[in-house]
Amino acid sequence: MQWGSASEFFAMGGYGLYVWTSFIATALCMAWEVLALWRRRAAARAEQRAAMLGGTDETAA
Amino acid sequence: MIWSKYSVPQAFYPLAGRLIPWFAAVAVILMVVGLYMGFFVAPTDFQQGESYRIIFVHVPAAWMSMFLYVVMAVWAGVGMGLNARLSFMMAQAIAPTGAMFTFLALLTGAMWGKPTWGAWWVWDARLTSELILLFQYAGVMLLRTSIDDVRRADRSSAVFALVGVVNVPIIYYSVQWWNTLHQGASVSMATGSKMAATMLMAMLIMTIAFWMYSIAVILARVRCVMLERESLPTWDEKPAAMPEAVEAR
Amino acid sequence: MSHSSMWEAVTGIVRRDLLLAMRRWSDAAMSVFFLVIVVSLFPLGVGPEPAVLRTIAPGVLWVAALLTCLLSLARVFTPDYLDGVLEQMVLVPQPLSLLVLGKVLAHWVISGLPVVLLSPLLGLQFGLEGETLGVLVLSLLLGTPTLSMIGAIGAALVLGVRGSGLLVALLVLPLYVPVLIFGAGAVTSSMAGIGGEANLSLLGACLVLSLFLAPWATAAALRIALE
Repeated sequence: MQWGSASEFFAMGGYGLYVWTSFIATALCMAWEVLALWRRRAAARAEQRAAMLGGTDETAA
Repeated sequence: MIWSKYSVPQAFYPLAGRLIPWFAAVAVILMVVGLYMGFFVAPTDFQQGESYRIIFVHVPAAWMSMFLYVVMAVWAGVGMGLNARLSFMMAQAIAPTGAMFTFLALLTGAMWGKPTWGAWWVWDARLTSELILLFQYAGVMLLRTSIDDVRRADRSSAVFALVGVVNVPIIYYSVQWWNTLHQGASVSMATGSKMAATMLMAMLIMTIAFWMYSIAVILARVRCVMLERESLPTWDEKPAAMPEAVEAR
Repeated sequence: MSHSSMWEAVTGIVRRDLLLAMRRWSDAAMSVFFLVIVVSLFPLGVGPEPAVLRTIAPGVLWVAALLTCLLSLARVFTPDYLDGVLEQMVLVPQPLSLLVLGKVLAHWVISGLPVVLLSPLLGLQFGLEGETLGVLVLSLLLGTPTLSMIGAIGAALVLGVRGSGLLVALLVLPLYVPVLIFGAGAVTSSMAGIGGEANLSLLGACLVLSLFLAPWATAAALRIALE
């Protein structure tokens, strides 16, 4: 292992800003995508449920 | 034929639902392993120092962005050829993830370029084709959202995706050609064969992790698309609170 | 189907479209004026330095040609779409891709050819001279038909779609990139004394490729739009 301490690890040999921005941006994008899908699914299911309960009554959906 | 059985949305929906946790789990495990290898096993690069570690997200993102575009175009082509609804839904589900990886490839590319070349952006063949790829993903998605009729939206964006698949390699080679003319920016992004085996290994593991992540996310999205398009609630595993509701009426 | 009837169908469409364009000549005149104005804005913005103007000339002229083509794309199919002629074109026995070729050819004569003819004059504004002017004209002669071909795909895809004017630009401009690179590259390398032949032949290759693929893709897009 090449890291003497935690601060050395976070400094990334002086390139910390570039390295961590890249990794954090990637993580945020993925987390955001998963969250967005979660909400989209919840919305779609809610709409289906409403449509089911509404039956033939279009306005209820 | 077992596959033809799953080519109808009603059968594919529960299958996708069963597969998602597996792909997601593999993605998470591989990401943990890949990050560990990338940060703690792979040695420091002689020329670039620690900044090279960006490639552990940059290269997988760039590969996925191109791979997903091709996969999207294949689904679009299958949809056009066989008139299969599921294929169009797959193409629709792939586009946002592909666009996200293209964006990430550009962003991390800039993060890598600044310390390595001293510039956030260089008009090199790879960066330029990645930028145009982002425009094409945007085109596919915007064309779809602009058309209200689902059938037309499916087919029109499929045609554009297929035209774009011809365009990207042409752009790659034309920019390479253009750079030889302008000489100045003759940068080589290749870290060459000097890459340590552990570096390569970490990069490959991260790529497979991103791949598995993409499959999980795309399957989840295609399920959303199915729910939004077809009103067949019986697909869902839990017919949430139906009986009481029906009795209550 | 005999060759002569297919040929007649194409020439018939070209003749009809040109006749319609002559009746509405102000449309074509507007795109020419647009080109001249856009190109004239650059020296005013960049400054009158001849060396600088010569350096940016290939890019400016080619981007202006791209935009001019883009502006006139709505006229390729929309009028026929609105009055129902397009639906009949799908039904006639001649292959739709061939009829599309006729329409694209007419579009090029109306909006591409004026750009080619005007380009030496615009080149002079930027201090291009001699052989370079010739390469500029030749590059536009080879490149603008490709722009019309590719543009027709976009025009067919957005037919009748809301916000189609901006959407067609977003779809088509990324596809124009190779033509822009080779076209402007031909002029640049001619100025550098390398000669534009290599770029010009690549432009020719783009033209051939688009000639084979674009009418087919456009016909598919039109069928989708008319379903």
